[in-house]
Amino acid sequence: MRDYILKFWQGLITIIIGMRVTFRHLFVPSVTIQYPTVKPELPERERNRLYVNMDDCIGCDQCARACPVNCIDIETVKSIPGDDLGVTSNGKKKALWVTRFDIDIAKCCYCQLCVFPCPTECIYMTDVYEFAELERENLVYDFVTLTEEEKIEKKKNFEEFTIKKEAEKAAAAKKKAEEDAKKKEGGDQAGEKPLDNKE
Amino acid sequence: MIYEWLHSITGSEIAAAIIQSLLPLFIFILPFALFAVLLERKVSAHMQDRLGPMRVGYHGIFQTIADIIKLVQKEDIVATDNDKKFFDLSPILVFAGSYAAFAAIPFSGAFVGSNIDLGIVYIVAVTGLVVAGILMAGWASNNKYSLLGAMRAAAQIISYEIPSLLVIVTVIMITGTMNLFTISEWQTQYFWNWLILGGPVVGVAKFLLIPLMIVSFLIIFLSTLAEVNRTPFDIPEAESELVSGYHTEYSGMKFAMFFLAEYANMFAVSAVVSALFFGGFQSPVGYLGKLFGAAWLIPIEQFLWFTAKGLFFVFVQMWLRWTLPRFRVDQLMAFCWKYLIPFSFVILILVGLITVLL
Repeated sequence: MRDYILKFWQGLITIIIGMRVTFRHLFVPSVTIQYPTVKPELPERERNRLYVNMDDCIGCDQCARACPVNCIDIETVKSIPGDDLGVTSNGKKKALWVTRFDIDIAKCCYCQLCVFPCPTECIYMTDVYEFAELERENLVYDFVTLTEEEKIEKKKNFEEFTIKKEAEKAAAAKKKAEEDAKKKEGGDQAGEKPLDNKE
Repeated sequence: MIYEWLHSITGSEIAAAIIQSLLPLFIFILPFALFAVLLERKVSAHMQDRLGPMRVGYHGIFQTIADIIKLVQKEDIVATDNDKKFFDLSPILVFAGSYAAFAAIPFSGAFVGSNIDLGIVYIVAVTGLVVAGILMAGWASNNKYSLLGAMRAAAQIISYEIPSLLVIVTVIMITGTMNLFTISEWQTQYFWNWLILGGPVVGVAKFLLIPLMIVSFLIIFLSTLAEVNRTPFDIPEAESELVSGYHTEYSGMKFAMFFLAEYANMFAVSAVVSALFFGGFQSPVGYLGKLFGAAWLIPIEQFLWFTAKGLFFVFVQMWLRWTLPRFRVDQLMAFCWKYLIPFSFVILILVGLITVLL
């Protein structure tokens, strides 16, 4: 009987204790953030969407090679001597036309491994995290600043340049071969002398 | 009284009666349900350090209206194996049961739907319709969770009617009437005259009654809580066990009927508890109308006091909901049969002795 009343009493007391706790929480400021209007404060080193500052990019392809999921796709074309590509903000001379710099952010795993190798610090994580899309293709970001015509032009320039160079090279090789042949003729006679010297 | 006023305006007893019977529904139950649903969500949110609905209107005050619009637009799904007739009938029955209870509830000195002498017993009887409706809903749904929920609801409501009735009998022994209006009037204004503090008759009996009345208030509050299937007694609609119990299969407006009935019921039991123990529509501190000599103000004040008391108990129900975890079925039955019923019996006998001897 004593146990019975004790149990009843305990039940009542614990209910009151619990109710006190919940009542106190009624006046505790809520932790909810009104999300689209109020943004949560992000941590200092948050990793979100990648951004590439193409003014600084030298097309070195190091980020693409560092990427563990191969989400960065870079294609470059060498510049020809007459081109002026400018310098990066930390004074590096650019030598490559970047004709393709696609980041498939759908593949990206936000590991930030691409950020560290960049010699010009032009690829970095931003604080943008609201970039949902309805189509997966829209998540492939194209950072190239060149227009399509320019890309074609640069490629053509380089091709012409290589053809020209090949031609020059071929001509030079030919010339050299001729010279070599000439030298050889003269050299055969002179060639025995050193051997004699060695003896 | 509003009935006489309506009679003089319409000139027909039938029209006056119809208007009077619809009054609680349209000026009280529907707005109350709208408000209570929002209150429930807000209270639950703030007790969990959340904000609750915030988008529709200022701090989400139009959220329930938006919900109603959504529910009206929704398709009324009826599964092929449902027992169509009973499936359609049960929400109406459940709502009728809880709505009928409002007939005998005295809202203020000037308005009581039907001033019948059996008042409180009538309320207990018509809320029994809810059990039939719930059982019907569960069975007609042809769904094992619904049926389980309905069975649990029936067992629970019927068990818990015993302690609440015993407490009601105790109160009737003290007041000598079953008419809720008279009971409210009897516990005149000023809170020290309320039954929770021993009633208006000053004497030894009053002080002996106080502890008994506090315990019997707790008993009737908990058992009515169980009768309206609120947490911690919500095993008939235990979300984590039974999807949502007897109204799992319902959608659209039929579901809204169950919802409305649940909230109407919540207020009905709160009103009964406040009428029995807390003076019903009586003000705890006197009336402004009496102070200024404006007699027309008194019924309005009484209505406001009644609403405030009812809302307070509804709030306590919500408060308990977010405090206590759900009972197990055996614990639920043990709580009723091992604790509430013996306690209410002892109180019944003690109060009987007090009323006879003192």
